[in-house]
Amino acid sequence: MLLEAPFTEEKIRVLKVGDMVEITGVVFTGRDAVHKYLHDGGKPPVDLTDGIIYHCGPVVVQEGGKWVVKAAGPTTSIREEPYQGDLIRKYRLRGVIGKGGMGAKTLAACRESGAVYLHAIGGAAQVLADTVTAVEGVHLMEKFGSPEAIWVFRVLKFPAVVTMDAHGNSLHAKVLAESEAALQRIRQGG
Amino acid sequence: MESRTLQKNLLELIRRTSAELPADVVRAIEKGWRKEAPGSNAQYALKVVLDNIKLAKAKSLPICQDTGTIICYAELPSWLPQATFTRAFDAAVAKATAIGYLRQNSVDSLTGKNSGNNLGPGSPVYHFAPAKGRGLTARLILKGGGCENVGIQYSLPDGRVGAGRDLAGVRLCLLDAVHQAQGKGCGPGVLGVCIGGDRGSGYVASKEELFRALDDRNADPRLAKLEQQIMKEANELGIGPMGFGGATTLIGCKIAHRNRLPASFFVSVSYMCWAYRRNGFVLGESGRISRWLYDS
Repeated sequence: MLLEAPFTEEKIRVLKVGDMVEITGVVFTGRDAVHKYLHDGGKPPVDLTDGIIYHCGPVVVQEGGKWVVKAAGPTTSIREEPYQGDLIRKYRLRGVIGKGGMGAKTLAACRESGAVYLHAIGGAAQVLADTVTAVEGVHLMEKFGSPEAIWVFRVLKFPAVVTMDAHGNSLHAKVLAESEAALQRIRQGG
Repeated sequence: MESRTLQKNLLELIRRTSAELPADVVRAIEKGWRKEAPGSNAQYALKVVLDNIKLAKAKSLPICQDTGTIICYAELPSWLPQATFTRAFDAAVAKATAIGYLRQNSVDSLTGKNSGNNLGPGSPVYHFAPAKGRGLTARLILKGGGCENVGIQYSLPDGRVGAGRDLAGVRLCLLDAVHQAQGKGCGPGVLGVCIGGDRGSGYVASKEELFRALDDRNADPRLAKLEQQIMKEANELGIGPMGFGGATTLIGCKIAHRNRLPASFFVSVSYMCWAYRRNGFVLGESGRISRWLYDS
């Protein structure tokens, strides 16, 4: 299933938990430092409207005057849970790419605002680096360092699984409940 | 041996550890992929993982962008002073970072500033011991932050887990450890465990267990039995790769024990992700690698 820019609310609300999508368009990386900065009132150096944020601290080096992405897998998203919902609402973000899912606050913001959580395959740094066709810029690098900067990646067919949709459904909540039940059964059996 | 030769070999150790997964790990992941339901999110996740492993090896680039904590074990022969080894490995780390085999991963905890070259107080992590033979044995593990964050240390008895001070209690802790890591540690994962020790030595020993081969057998029959039990039961939790739900949750469980204080009973669990990057070599005084410790 293709998810191509522009990322409209309509396209986003059609998605359901479990859908395996391929994203084409621009994504902005942002992790711990950037989320705290934006949440504390820092001005975004890019236009985040209808944008997708990617929780990622890539390895990017300069080669022949250009930025080259050497590795670009996701970081654990739950650390941004205190900030994400508010940023989704404030900037009208349409997607958050990361790994491990997020919590109730973010799920609620996804439902209200029309956004989804897109789970990238954790550790798939090379497969995902290969989807980056161009590095269109980098912001806040001197302030936060390379892994924590906002990298602007143009991606082609970036694979992800929808694990939190715009209708209040979360695969993480489902698996947590099922594994919790399995754990109780196993504890009693052992 | 010239220091340049030593550094060159150590740089290759870093490159290989970062870009190539050992064969025992790849086999375990392939086994999991075959077990998952066709068309499932779990099977899809493992397919991407296997593609990524091949691609990283072909490109000679990091399997995962979080090249993690750099933990180096060196058994030093009499011809190699510790300071010489440290100088060479530090230089290899800085070079590997400049090339891109390692991410700039070392941050000052007081200022938040990234050191830029992976060097700084406590980085890399070094463990030294005297060598048994004439060669240098160097081992390296790159342990990412995602999985590091879901490591956990239990102090028994633990009321929340309902674990008392016995192997039955340890079992409950290990099941709890896998359960709480779901979705966050990039499973399928591997547990390195130490029963006993103090809070420091317990965690260190738990990480040393991660140097074992996945298909080895614990020499202690009590621990071998517990390892097999945890492998079976953890996979019955149905957490699956990435926490998507599925059959492949844990691909290894390696348990050590250390003596403890009467007052303390720690169970230290280091959770390792599927990007199980560990390698090592034996290097002769001539500067040639006599063997690698894991098949690539």
